[in-house]
Amino acid sequence: MIALLRRELLLAARHPADTLAACLFFLLVTALFPFGVGPAPETLARLAPGALLAAALLAALLPLDRLFGAEAEDGSLDQLLLSGLSGAQIAAAKAVAHWLTTGAPLLLATPVAAAMLNLPEEAWGVALLVLGLGTMFLSLLGTAGAALTLGARRGGVLLPLLVLPLAIPAMIFGAAGIEAAASGLSARPFLLLLGALVAAALPLAPLAAGAALRAD
Amino acid sequence: MGWGAVLEAKDIGVLRGERVVFTGLSLSISPGEAILLTGANGAGKSTLLRVLAGLVPVAEGEILWHGAPALADRVAHAARLRYLAHAEALKPGLTAAENLLFWSRRWGGDIAAALAAVDLSALAELPARLLSAGQKRRLALARLALAPVPLWLLDEPSVGLDAASIARFGTLLAAHRARGGAVVAATHVPLPLPDAREFRLAPPLEDAE
Repeated sequence: MIALLRRELLLAARHPADTLAACLFFLLVTALFPFGVGPAPETLARLAPGALLAAALLAALLPLDRLFGAEAEDGSLDQLLLSGLSGAQIAAAKAVAHWLTTGAPLLLATPVAAAMLNLPEEAWGVALLVLGLGTMFLSLLGTAGAALTLGARRGGVLLPLLVLPLAIPAMIFGAAGIEAAASGLSARPFLLLLGALVAAALPLAPLAAGAALRAD
Repeated sequence: MGWGAVLEAKDIGVLRGERVVFTGLSLSISPGEAILLTGANGAGKSTLLRVLAGLVPVAEGEILWHGAPALADRVAHAARLRYLAHAEALKPGLTAAENLLFWSRRWGGDIAAALAAVDLSALAELPARLLSAGQKRRLALARLALAPVPLWLLDEPSVGLDAASIARFGTLLAAHRARGGAVVAATHVPLPLPDAREFRLAPPLEDAE
């Protein structure tokens, strides 16, 4: 499994454009909000938690349809399924690799996005934690979604329709957590709830994805 | 050293969607034996190989490994075989050696020796996207040379290979069979497999008339 993860990271290092595209998409979406709602600082700060999280989840969704699609096209998926790893192990390695190459880089772009949205500085730490956990949750859900929509026509359209509704809990708790931190309250309960979501998805999503990969 | 009588397919039938690919097919392979799958396009050669690999489920019948159900543990079954498909499963951005890296970590085996076996040592550091079609094919064959397993499933393995490469591939095949390894190869052209048994797949009945 570590070998597969190392292969994924090597591939990502050879194709940095995918990671860069997700980060730029994230920044561009957050940059659109001030244009839409006007530059009034209070309005922006009010919108910031939800906008940050929604933009991050959408950006993390971008590379998902290629997660197994590229492997299926060049025959690698068959070989991976015959590599002695179970479907769930392949999916778990894929989910971790997706987070490391998409979710984690988004955290680097978060301070810029937070500044553009006038998020109070004291909430930045919590925002990073929320985005880290939120994208982790999406990587897990998305891996299951990508495995399920693999081989479906218009799978790229189907995938967000499948994954985003399931990400709503992360959206609610995450945005509430950032908002709490921004108004000086404790964000701890929200972070714990987000952590619980990740903990629940951690074993379930790879199992579901693995079963979907095996089902051909 | 041998592995005993290896793979046996008993009266298997396979569906792809609504279509019957074949039914009532029986096939058994002994150690060191080579079977050439022949038959018209669409007769189900590739499907049969994927079935034997455990990638496609059987609708009826069973597949046995040393007399025990082979697909009860698919991960264990996968460890007994190598499958060479039409698609080379190479990543264009990685070099020839890097393409083998993951597989050598999984299966063991020396990358340099595997590349030497298909005469690609000089191109080890070249990205796979710069390789010619025949060289890509050889790189896919190098996966077979990494570590010995009892069964090779090959889908038209010689496509795109020149005469010298086919001769080297023959050496690989001979070494595999000398170890007691079995080969099932789907092909339309002669392969360097002496004393291979031909297994002809007939087209499904509904397409025959």
